Amino acid sequence: MADAEVIPLGEPLGTRGRPGRGSKNATPSQAARSLAPTRPKRSPKAERPDAPAVARIRRVTPPESPRHTSTDDPADSSSTDVAQPARDGGGGDRVAAALAFVRRRLTGDYDIDDLGFDRELTSAVFMSLLRPLAQRWFRIEVRGIENIPAEGGALLVANHSGTVPLDALMTAVVVHDHAGRYVRSLGADLVFALPLVSELARKAGVTLACSEDAERMLQSGELVGVWPEGFKGVGKPFSQRYKLQRFGRGGFVSAAIRTGVPIVPCSIVGAEETYPLVGNVPALARLLRVPYLPITPFFPWLGPLGLVPLPSKWVIEFGEPIRTDTYAESGADDPMLVFNLTDQVRETIQQTLYDLLVHRQHVFV
Amino acid sequence: MGRVVLVTGVAGQLGSQTARRLAADPAVDKVVGVDVLPPRGELAGVRFVRADIRNPVIAKVLAVEDVDTVAHLGVYASGGRLGGAVSTKEANVIGTMQLLAACQRAPGLRRVLLKSSTGVYGSSSRDPAVFGEHTPPQRPPTAGYAKDCAEVEGYLSGFARRRPDIAVTVLRCADLLSARLETPLGRYFRLPVIPRVLGFDPRLQLLHAEDALDIVQRAVTHDRPGTYNVAGHGVLLLSQAVRRLGKLWVALPAIGFGPAGQALRRTSRVDLAPDVVDLLTHGRVVDTTAVQASFGWAPRWSTARTLTDFATEVGQGPVGADRVRQAEQALLASLTRGR
Repeated sequence: MADAEVIPLGEPLGTRGRPGRGSKNATPSQAARSLAPTRPKRSPKAERPDAPAVARIRRVTPPESPRHTSTDDPADSSSTDVAQPARDGGGGDRVAAALAFVRRRLTGDYDIDDLGFDRELTSAVFMSLLRPLAQRWFRIEVRGIENIPAEGGALLVANHSGTVPLDALMTAVVVHDHAGRYVRSLGADLVFALPLVSELARKAGVTLACSEDAERMLQSGELVGVWPEGFKGVGKPFSQRYKLQRFGRGGFVSAAIRTGVPIVPCSIVGAEETYPLVGNVPALARLLRVPYLPITPFFPWLGPLGLVPLPSKWVIEFGEPIRTDTYAESGADDPMLVFNLTDQVRETIQQTLYDLLVHRQHVFV
Repeated sequence: MGRVVLVTGVAGQLGSQTARRLAADPAVDKVVGVDVLPPRGELAGVRFVRADIRNPVIAKVLAVEDVDTVAHLGVYASGGRLGGAVSTKEANVIGTMQLLAACQRAPGLRRVLLKSSTGVYGSSSRDPAVFGEHTPPQRPPTAGYAKDCAEVEGYLSGFARRRPDIAVTVLRCADLLSARLETPLGRYFRLPVIPRVLGFDPRLQLLHAEDALDIVQRAVTHDRPGTYNVAGHGVLLLSQAVRRLGKLWVALPAIGFGPAGQALRRTSRVDLAPDVVDLLTHGRVVDTTAVQASFGWAPRWSTARTLTDFATEVGQGPVGADRVRQAEQALLASLTRGR
C-alpha cells in the first residue's frame, strides 16, 4: 500500500500560522490561537473524563442551563436537588449520586440543546458503554490529540470504513476522553429515519449532514465531526480498504470557510478490519431501502455472533489543523477553492493512512 | 384617524382574548370581532359582527367599519369547535380566500396579520434540526391543520404581491400548550396513557398562550411586515415532557400509530392527524431570532416553563416527580442503613 500514488498539490493552502480572518475580529480567534503548537495547558482535572462517569455528572452539566438563567419566567419553581451526595467520600455518596441520576432521568429533570444533544446521558451512559470497546477491544492508540483545539468551533474530517460506522463512535470516545470535548457528528438522513437509531443518535449529539446544521453548530463553537465518504466509505468492499472514496461534494469545506473554523484531518486505521465486507446483496438492499446489505466472513452465517466486531488494533491520528479563517467568507462560494481544500484534506488523510499502514506490524496486535 | 382592527375567529379562545386585549390597548380605537358562532364570554369594548368569512358579506363589514388592520386568527386545527377535518378545511381555506378577496378591494386597509403555525415546515428525517423562516420544507405537510396553514400562507403571499401597499405579517407559532386553552397538543397530553412512536423521541417546542397573545397584540400595533417564527426558548424531548408530566406512556411502532390515532379519534377528541404523527416522530424546532430582533420581544415562557405551567394546572400523573423523589429517599435510607 505504501507505493500508492498521491498527487501533491503545488501550493500548500492555509496560512501556516499567521493570523487570519477569524470571526470578523482583527486578532486571531480563540480557536485559531489555540491552534498554535504550544497549546495552553488545561488543568489536568478539567473535563478529564477518567473519573467514574456518574460522579462526574455535576461537573459536566453546563453551569448556565436555561432552567436557572431564565429568571424572568413567570412561574419559577426551580427544583432543588434533594439527594446531593454527602461529602464524606465513602461508597454512600456514590449510591446517592447514582440514585439522583436515576431520579433525574425518570422525572425528565435534565436539559438538552436545540439539536437534541443530551450531555448528561452521553457522558454517563453512552461513553461508559463504548469506552471498554475503545480501550480493551480495539486498544485504540491516539496520536496528535493536541491538534484538536481546546475550545471553539472546529471541523473534524475523517475517513469512514468498516461496514458499521463504529469509527464514528470510537472517535467520539477518544476525543471525549483525551481532549475533553464532545464530537458532534453529522449523519446521513437514513440515521434519522431508522427507529431507535434516530433516537439514540440525536441524544448523542448527531445531527443531519446539511449545511444549515453544520454551520449552526460550528458557529456556536462545537467540535463537529464529518465523515464525507458517507455510505460509499462504510459500504465499500474489503478489497478496497484504506482507499478513500469521493469526499462528498465539498459541502463540509464550504461550511468551515463560511464559519472560519479550522479543519482537523483525522485518519483512522483498524476500522476496515472490524467487519470485512466481502459481499453485498444489492437487490435485497434496494428492497429494504438501505444503501447496502453486507456479507462478512461471519455475518449472516454465524447469526448474532457474526455481529461481534473483529478485535483489530486501531490507530487514530489527528493531523495538523488547516485554517480556513484566512479566506473571505465569500470563499465558500468559490468552487475552485472549495475543491482544492477538499482535495488537500483528502490527500492529507490518505497520505497519513498509508504512513500508518506502512508502520503497522500486525492487524490484530 | 385612529386604528380599527378586525379580528376573525373571535369566538375562539385565542381570538376572544386577543380582541379583549386590543380593546384595552390605547393604540387601538375600535375592535371589530367576526365569527360564525357567538363568543362565549363577554367581549367588553369589542363590536361583534356575526358573519361567516366564507361569505362576501365580510367585504361590507370591512367597508362599513373602515377597517385598517385585519388580524386573521380564524385558522383552526380540526377536532376543535368546527368539527371534522372536511368542514374545518373548508372554513380555513375558503374562509381565508374570501377574506383576502374582500381585503384586496378595501382601499383603506393598511395591515394584515395571520396567525399561522410552524407546522408549515412539515417534519421529516431529511429536515435540518432547526428551521429558519427561509428553510424550504423537505416534505411539506400533506394533510390537516399544517396543510391548511401552508395553503393559507400561499394565498396570503399572493395577496401581498397584488397589494404591495399593505404590510403583511405572518406569525408561525409553535404548538400552543395551556391548561386554559383547547389545543391539539393539550388534548394529547391529557390522555391517561400517552402513545409514542416506538424508537423515536421528537424534539418539541412549545408556546405559552400568554406569549402568543403578546406577540399577536404587538404585530397588530407595530408595523413589522414579514414572516416570523414564534416559540418558547429551549427544547424538550417528548419522553422528557411525558416524564415531567408524570404520565405513563406506551410505545407503538410507526405502522400501528395510524390505526391507534383512528381509534383515539372515535373514543376521545384527540386527533392524531398525519401532520401530528410526523411531529411526534421527527419533532420540529424553529429559530426565533428574527422575531426577537424585529419586535424587540422575547417570549417570557420557555418551553420547559410552559409545560410546567400546564402540569400544575392539570395535575401530575401517577409517576410524578414527588413520588419518584419519595421512592429515592426511601431507597437511599434503606441502603445507607444496611451499611
